[in-house]
Amino acid sequence: MNLATLKSRALVLWPPLAIGVGILALWEGAVVLFKIQQFLLPKPSSIWAELLENWEVLRHASWETGKISLGGLAIGIVAGVTFAFFTTLFRFLNEGLTPLAVAVNATPIVALAPIFNAWFGVTGSVSNQLVVATVVFFPVFINTAKGLTEVHVNEIELMRSYAAGDWTILREVRIPNALPFFANALRVVAPLAVIAAIVAEYFGGPQDRVGYVITWNAGLARYDVAWAAIAVASAFGLSLFIGALLIERVSTPWKSAVQLEETTKK
Amino acid sequence: MSEKNAISINNADKIFNEGRDDEVVALSNINLDVKEGEFVSLIGPSGCGKSTMLRLIGDLLEPTQGSVEVFGKSAHQARIDQDYGMVFQHAGLFDWRRVAANIELPLELHGWSKSDRATRSQEMLDLVKLPDFGGYYPRQLSGGMQQRVSIARALSFEPKLLLMDEPFGALDEMTREHMQIELLRIWEETGTTVVFVTHSIPEAAFLSNRVVVLSPRPGQVHSVIDVDLGQRTESTRQDSDFFNAATEVREALRAVEEQE
Repeated sequence: MNLATLKSRALVLWPPLAIGVGILALWEGAVVLFKIQQFLLPKPSSIWAELLENWEVLRHASWETGKISLGGLAIGIVAGVTFAFFTTLFRFLNEGLTPLAVAVNATPIVALAPIFNAWFGVTGSVSNQLVVATVVFFPVFINTAKGLTEVHVNEIELMRSYAAGDWTILREVRIPNALPFFANALRVVAPLAVIAAIVAEYFGGPQDRVGYVITWNAGLARYDVAWAAIAVASAFGLSLFIGALLIERVSTPWKSAVQLEETTKK
Repeated sequence: MSEKNAISINNADKIFNEGRDDEVVALSNINLDVKEGEFVSLIGPSGCGKSTMLRLIGDLLEPTQGSVEVFGKSAHQARIDQDYGMVFQHAGLFDWRRVAANIELPLELHGWSKSDRATRSQEMLDLVKLPDFGGYYPRQLSGGMQQRVSIARALSFEPKLLLMDEPFGALDEMTREHMQIELLRIWEETGTTVVFVTHSIPEAAFLSNRVVVLSPRPGQVHSVIDVDLGQRTESTRQDSDFFNAATEVREALRAVEEQE
C-alpha cells in the first residue's frame, strides 16, 4: 500500500470519526447543560469510568458472550452453506425451501429464545448458541443458494460447449459466482450474531454474560454500568463486521478492482 | 474455402414443449450446408429461430426431427470433441478470473500444462490486440475489449468452427465496425469456419460469404444470398458492391415481413 492510498483511506475515515466524536461531545454537553438525570442518560465520561471500574467483569462477560456469538455464527454458516448446496443439487428442494426460508427469515427468530431455553436447558451455552445459529442460518442459506443458482444462462452454455459436466460447472462457475453473495450474507450476520446472543441472554442463562450484566445492572438502576456493557458489546459486534469486510475483500478481489478508463485503451 | 462440409443440417425441426398447450415450433424443415472455412450469417426478424439454429449446431439443443452433422460426425460428438468455440452477445467472461485465466479456461479443462496455457493465452491476447491486459479483471475493461477477450477465449483451443450469437449486438456503432474488421482478419489468419447470428443487415452483408435469411413462426430458411466483396477494408463500406449486397438482404427481409 503506497502513501496515496493511505491518504485516500484517511480521507474516507475522518468524516465519520469527526462526526462520532462530535456526537459524544454533544451528548456530554447536553447531559451537563440540561441536568439530565444519570438514570435517564449517563454522560459518556461516566460510562467510560464505569467501563474501567468494571473492566474485569465486562471483559469476562464479553469473552463468554463472544464464544456464544462465534459458536452460533459457525454453526449457522456451516448449516446455511450445506443447505444451499443441497438445494442446488436438487431443484425441487430449491423451489420448495427457498420461499419458506425467506418467509421464516422475516420473523423475529430471536423471540424463540425462551422456548429454546426450555428445550436445551438454561444453564449451559447450547440454547443461546442455537438461537444465534438459527438467526444466522437463514440469510446465509438464502444468499448462498441464490449465488449458486443465479448463473447467467450463457455461462452454463459456454461450459457445456467445453463438454464440462455438472461438477465442473459447480466448481468453476457456481461456487465462485456464489462467493460475493456469501460475503454479503456474512456482512449481515456477523453483527446480527452478537445482537442475537445478547437478546437471548436477556431471557436467562449463566450470569457471567453481557446480556445478563445489562439486565441486572439496569434492574439496580446502575445504568452507567449497563451502558458500559452495551459499549463493549457494540465494539465486539463492530469488530466482527470489520472481520467480515476483510474476508469479503480477500475472497472476492475482483469486486474491488478499479474500472479502467476508456482512454487507456491501446 | 474447402469443398468439404463443416456443417450439414438435414430436415431439422425444433419444437419446444411438444404436445403441450404452449407448444412452439421454433424451426421447421431446415436444410443448410456450410463449407469448411466459410463465413455464414443467419439473419431474420426476432423469433425466427436463428439463435435456436446456432444451438442445434453447438448441441446445446437437440433437434426434434432431422439431423445435424458437424465435421462429418454428430453435433453431440463434435461438442464432446470441442470442435467449436462459442461467443455470445453477453461476453460471458468470468468476473473472478483475470483476463488471461479466462482465455485459459477451456485449455485448463482440456488438461493443458500451465506453461503451455500461458504461452497460448499470450498469443491470443496478441491476436485480439490486447497484449498487455492479461492481468486485469474483465470488469476493468470496456465492453468492446471484453468482447475481444471472449473471441480470444473461443479461439484459444484452435476450434475449426466458431459459433457467434450476436457478438457485437451490445457494442456502439464505431466499436462494432472496428470489431468486424478484426474478426475478418482473425478469420483469414486462422481459416476457421464461422456461423454468425445477427440482426444487422450491413453487418451480415459486410462479413459473410453467404447470408441465410430466416422467416419466423415457424423458423424456415427463406433465402440464401451469396456475397462476394473480396478483401474487405473500412472503405468497402462505401463500395457499390456492399450497398447491393445489403439491399439484397434488406429486400429478402422485407419479403419475409410481407409474408407474415
